[in-house]
Amino acid sequence: MKVEFSESAKKEFDAIVQRYPQKRAALLTVLHLAQREFGWLSREVMEYVGRLLDIPAGEVYDTASFYTMFYQKPVGKYHIQVCHTLSCALRGARNIYEHLEQKLGIKAGEVTPDGKFSLVKVECLGSCGTAPVVQINDDYFEGLTIEQLDDILNRLDQNSE
Amino acid sequence: MFEKVLTQHIQVPQSRDIDYYMKHGGYQAFRKVLKEMEPDQVIEVVRESNLRGRGGAGFPTGVKWGFVPKNDEKPHYLLVNADESEPGTFKDRLLMDGNPHLVIEGAMIASFAIRANLSYIYIRGEFVKEARILEAAIQQAYNKGLLGNDILGSGYRLDMYVHRGAGAYICGEETGLIESLEGKRGWPRIKPPFPAIEGFLQSPTIVNNVETLACVPFIIERGARWFKSIGPESSPGPKLYCLSGHVNTPGVYELPMGTNLKELIYEYGGGVLDGKALKAVIPGGSSVPVLRPEEIDVAMDFDSLAKIGTMLGSAGTIVMHQDTCMVDALLNLIHFYRHESCGQCTPCREGTNWAERILRKIEQGRATERDVDLLEEVANHINFRTICPLGDAAAMPIQSFLKKFRDEFNAHVGRHRCPLNSRL
Repeated sequence: MKVEFSESAKKEFDAIVQRYPQKRAALLTVLHLAQREFGWLSREVMEYVGRLLDIPAGEVYDTASFYTMFYQKPVGKYHIQVCHTLSCALRGARNIYEHLEQKLGIKAGEVTPDGKFSLVKVECLGSCGTAPVVQINDDYFEGLTIEQLDDILNRLDQNSE
Repeated sequence: MFEKVLTQHIQVPQSRDIDYYMKHGGYQAFRKVLKEMEPDQVIEVVRESNLRGRGGAGFPTGVKWGFVPKNDEKPHYLLVNADESEPGTFKDRLLMDGNPHLVIEGAMIASFAIRANLSYIYIRGEFVKEARILEAAIQQAYNKGLLGNDILGSGYRLDMYVHRGAGAYICGEETGLIESLEGKRGWPRIKPPFPAIEGFLQSPTIVNNVETLACVPFIIERGARWFKSIGPESSPGPKLYCLSGHVNTPGVYELPMGTNLKELIYEYGGGVLDGKALKAVIPGGSSVPVLRPEEIDVAMDFDSLAKIGTMLGSAGTIVMHQDTCMVDALLNLIHFYRHESCGQCTPCREGTNWAERILRKIEQGRATERDVDLLEEVANHINFRTICPLGDAAAMPIQSFLKKFRDEFNAHVGRHRCPLNSRL
């Protein structure tokens, strides 16, 4: 499959490059855009981004692989990120995580066979006052109880039908 | 009577809107700076106010701005450090969410002071919502002629953009942030040269924390003397304290700098969760040395906390009650630092890895007394031997937990299990 941005993403790319005095500085922003377009950063996608920004593919990989939010393999339609750092841990993050493991039947780093959900443990999400916290795709869910979590999962499950 | 200024309007739904902000005096300070002041006068007022950086280091902001060269040919840059990632810290997120224009106005004034025409807000990648709020607010500022060319007829030009990180604690360190903004791994640089001389794209650059910049419009409007009248004169001003862990009412509290830690926990935080006994408090974000209950009758400001061997840091106060296993709590933190170590310096990369393995051994009851000593040795070998402070940030919790809760580590060794059956 040929990797290429959609027309709207191409426009966005042009606008992004304008914001920086040097093309290389646009790399993280363009990788975010590429991930939104293609779901994850395959080798082909990184090579494509490198060609767009005149950066060797190896350097794109060097940068992308440093950051946890750039995925080098596919994630679920709903990517569930459970904060497990101290403030969340003190307020029951383990229960939240173990409930998710059991309910989804997967472990951290795995995707459900239907591709709907993926699960990871993440480091401090910066929302310690409303622990425990889970981020699903772009959205934070704060001060979570197991019941609320079940509601959210059911809703997302229906959405993805 | 202390007046909340940073968070005064935060509960109001319209507080993100520029019209609401301007109706309540917003952008008056920026106007004043453009019409009545020279850049050096702005730096002088901020220096006079004794404003100290809220990101953790507590360096005087006006002094930092003063390091930027005056008559050079290079472009200057102002970077807003919105990469809030220190465990226990969640104040900048609140400001960006509820008072984005205050942050932007502070960045505008700072940009003017250091003669920058380009500014980026580097926000951690996870804060997607806050990034969108800031982008919308910046667009509103452009529409009102407060950003762009010839702002309000002053001849001053400033562009501002939001730049999203992508998940790396180290990018909160200012040179790591700069490297990341340049499109690279967030590997901190050796200092000197300091960013004020050689920062973003080898040009003079100032990196300031969100909360630091949010103080600036008030300093310009109300004066340095007003700012210094709040809290201790050597580190004054309003302060956002983040309270989390085992307290009844966690959250962000805007209080005068120097608020008593005990008061913060028992009055504002509603006391320890479930009426349990207090066991330990980390006062300034996960990197700073831990305190025992008998040490918490202390003023929360840079100098007072330094005096008792800990730090104000980012004012992320994490409270732990009697049921918390100190080995488990430390293991949790060291796992964090091991994960977030950028890998550049051997003592930090290898040391955090070894520390985590030893701690896991202790927590699981498989360790000997020699392992506890070894843990301390590993920490001592990380401290002060790395390019950036992440190494120290990992070593300080190990050293302080061992100093203050050694008996608990020994109990794990002696009984070959966790005496509290803790599972964080």
